[in-house]
Amino acid sequence: MTVLDTVPSAALLLAVGVLFATGVYLLLERSLTRVLLGFMLLGNGVNLAILVAGGRAGAPPITGPDTGTEPMSDPLAQAMILTAIVITLALVAFVLAMAYRSWQLHGHDEVQDDLEDTRIAQLAERDAPSYADSDALESRVTLDEEAATVRDEVALPDPGPRRRPISPTDGGGGDT
Amino acid sequence: MNPWSVQTLVPLPVLVPLFAAGLALALHRYERAQRIISVTALSVVVAAAAGLLVAARDAPVVIDVGGWAAPVGVNLVADPLAALMLLVSGVVLLCVLLYSMAQGIADGGGRAAPAVQDSEAIRRILEAQDPDADEARRRGVLPVAIFHPTYLILAAGVADAFLAGDLFNLFVGFEILLAASYVLLTLGGTVERIRAGSVYVVVALLSSIIFLLAVGLTYAATGTVNMAQLAERLPDVEPGIRLGIQALLLLAFGIKAAIFPLSAWLPDSYPTAPAPVTAVFAGLLTKVGVYAILRTQTLLFPRNEVVEVVLLVLALATMLVGILGAVAQDDVKRLLSFTLVSHIGYMIFGVALATAASTAAAIFYVVHHITVQTALFLVVGLVERRTGTTSLERLGGLAALAPGLAVLFFVPTMNLAGVPPLSGFLGKVGLLEAGVLDGSALAWVLVTGSVVTSLLTLYAVIRAWNKAFWQPAPEDFRPPDETRLPWGMIGPTAALVGIGVALTVVAGPLYDYAEHAANVVMGDAVYVDAVFPDGAPRGTGESDDVTSEEGGP
Repeated sequence: MTVLDTVPSAALLLAVGVLFATGVYLLLERSLTRVLLGFMLLGNGVNLAILVAGGRAGAPPITGPDTGTEPMSDPLAQAMILTAIVITLALVAFVLAMAYRSWQLHGHDEVQDDLEDTRIAQLAERDAPSYADSDALESRVTLDEEAATVRDEVALPDPGPRRRPISPTDGGGGDT
Repeated sequence: MNPWSVQTLVPLPVLVPLFAAGLALALHRYERAQRIISVTALSVVVAAAAGLLVAARDAPVVIDVGGWAAPVGVNLVADPLAALMLLVSGVVLLCVLLYSMAQGIADGGGRAAPAVQDSEAIRRILEAQDPDADEARRRGVLPVAIFHPTYLILAAGVADAFLAGDLFNLFVGFEILLAASYVLLTLGGTVERIRAGSVYVVVALLSSIIFLLAVGLTYAATGTVNMAQLAERLPDVEPGIRLGIQALLLLAFGIKAAIFPLSAWLPDSYPTAPAPVTAVFAGLLTKVGVYAILRTQTLLFPRNEVVEVVLLVLALATMLVGILGAVAQDDVKRLLSFTLVSHIGYMIFGVALATAASTAAAIFYVVHHITVQTALFLVVGLVERRTGTTSLERLGGLAALAPGLAVLFFVPTMNLAGVPPLSGFLGKVGLLEAGVLDGSALAWVLVTGSVVTSLLTLYAVIRAWNKAFWQPAPEDFRPPDETRLPWGMIGPTAALVGIGVALTVVAGPLYDYAEHAANVVMGDAVYVDAVFPDGAPRGTGESDDVTSEEGGP
C-alpha cells in the first residue's frame, strides 16, 4: 500500500488560519449570536486542521477488500471530523435556543455582567464588610430583587411593538 | 471469550444511563416511571463501578468497543484510578438524584424561580386561556419533563470521560457531560440562569474547541490518539511540539477544572442553578477536568520541569485567590463555589509535584473533595428550603431553629477546612508530606500556601457558621412556618455527610488503593501492557505503513 504525500497543503493551512482569526474575533463580542458564529468558524477551522493532519486529499477513505495497492486517505481523521461536526451541530442548536430565550427575556441577546461580582467590588471600594453581624443590621435586598431593579445597560429603548421584554427595566438608554 | 467475564462491567456505566435516558425521555408523561428508571440505572452504575474497583486492583480491565481493537478502534480502560472515580461519582450522582426527587426539581425548576416553568403552572395558564379544551389536547402542549433524561446523560458522560482509553473518546465524554450540563444549568430559562448560563456555555465551548484542536495536533504529530500508544510515542516527539500539545491540553482542561486565571466563570455560574444541580456540578464536573489533567500529565507526557513549575505556581494562585474570594462573599452558595476553586489548587499541587506519593495524595484528595463539596451544597439546599434564602445577611439562629441541619452543615465544613482527624486533614497531610519530600524552594512555598489556605478556609466557613447558625437571628428574619424538611432530602444529604466521615474511617485502605492507582498511572508499563498485552498493538485493523510513516518526529 502506498502512502500519500504527508506535506500539508498551504491553501488548507491558510484557510485554517483565517477561520481561527475570524472565529476568535467574533468570540470576543458580547452578542450571543456573534459568539455563536465565532464558535462555528472556530469549529470548522479545527475540523479542517484535523483533515490536514490526515494527509493530502485525493484518495478515498474506504476501499474494497482486494484493492491493496490503491492509495487511501486516512479514515480515522475523517471519522473524528464527522463526530466533531455532529457535536458542534448539537451545541449550535442549543446556543441558538439560549440566544432566543435571552432575546425573549431582555429584547437583546447580549451577555450580562455578574451582578453579585459588581456588588462585592463596590463593597471593596467602600471598604465595607460583606455582611453585617446581627447587632449591626441594615435591611438589604436580595440578588434577585436587585437584578429586577437594576438598569439594563444594553436594553433597547423600545424593544418593538410585537413583543415586550419580560424583565422589568426602566427603559434604558439614559446615561448615569 | 466467556461473554460474562469481568469485562462486561466496563461499558455498563456508560451504556446503562444512556439507554435509561432514552427510556425516561420516552416515558416523560409518567413521573413515577422516570424515577424508577433513573434510580435503577444509577444503582446499576454504582454496582458495576464497585465490581470494577475490585477487578481493576490486579490489572486494568480493557474492552474493545465494537470488536475493533486498539489503536484503530475505541477502547474503554478501567484502571484503578478510573474505577475509583467511577464509584465515587456514581454514589454522588445517586444521592443527588434521590435528593432532587424529594425536592421536586424533576418536574420543573427551583421553586422560587420567577418564570413559569413547571407543568402545573403551565396547565393552569392553559386552562385559563381555553377552558373548553379537553384534557388530551392540553396534555399535548405540556413541556417534556427533561430533568431525568438529562441527568442520566450527564452520568453517562462522566463515566465515559473516566473510562476513555483514547483522547478523542475523552473529548466525546466531555462533550456529552457538558451538553447535559448546559441544559441542567439553564433549566427553566429564568433571567438569572440564562445570564449565568451564557457565560458558562461560551467558556465551555471555547475550552472544547481548544481540546479538539489539541487532539488534532496530537494526531498530526503522532498518528494516533490512543492513550497507551501515545504514552509510547509522545516521548519521541520533538520537545517543542510536545510542549505545545501539552500546553494546549492543560489550557483546555484548566478551564474545565477552574484553575486560577481560568476560573472566573465558576463562581458566577454555579450558584444560580437549582441546589442539586449545583451540588453535582461542584462535586463532579471540575473533578473530571482534574482527572483529565492527572491522566494526561502522568501517563502521556514525560516529566517536564517547565510545566511542573508553571503548574505549581498556578496551584498556589488558585488556592490563594480562590479562598480570598470566598472570604469576601455573603452568599453561602457563592462562598462554597469560591472554596471549590481554591481547593482545586490542592489537587493541582499534587499533580504538579509528579511523584507517586503526591499523585496518590491528589487522588485521595479528589475522592474526599467530591463527597464533601457535594454534601455541603446539598446542605445549603436544605437551608434554602427551610429559610428561603442563602444570604448570610439574612440568616441567623439556625442552630436553635434546626439543630439537625446545623450538625449536617458543621461536619462537612470542618472536613473541608481540614480539621483533624477528618479525611480532609489526611489528604492535606499527604500533600504536605509530598511537598516536603520534594524539598525544592517552590515546593516549600506551596506547602506554606496550603497551610495558609487551609486556615483561611476554616476562617471563611466559621464565619458562615457563626452568622447563619450561631448568632441570634436578625429581627426581620422570618423563616417560613414549614418546619418539616422532607426526609427524602435529608436522607441523601446525611448519607453523603456520613460517607465523608466514613472516608476517615477507611482512610488506610483507601489511601493504599490511591497509592496503587497512582503507581499504575505513573508507571506507563502497567497501563500500556493492559491495552497492548503482547507489547505490540494487537489489532487486525492496524495500518502499519501509515503509523510507521507518521510515528516518528
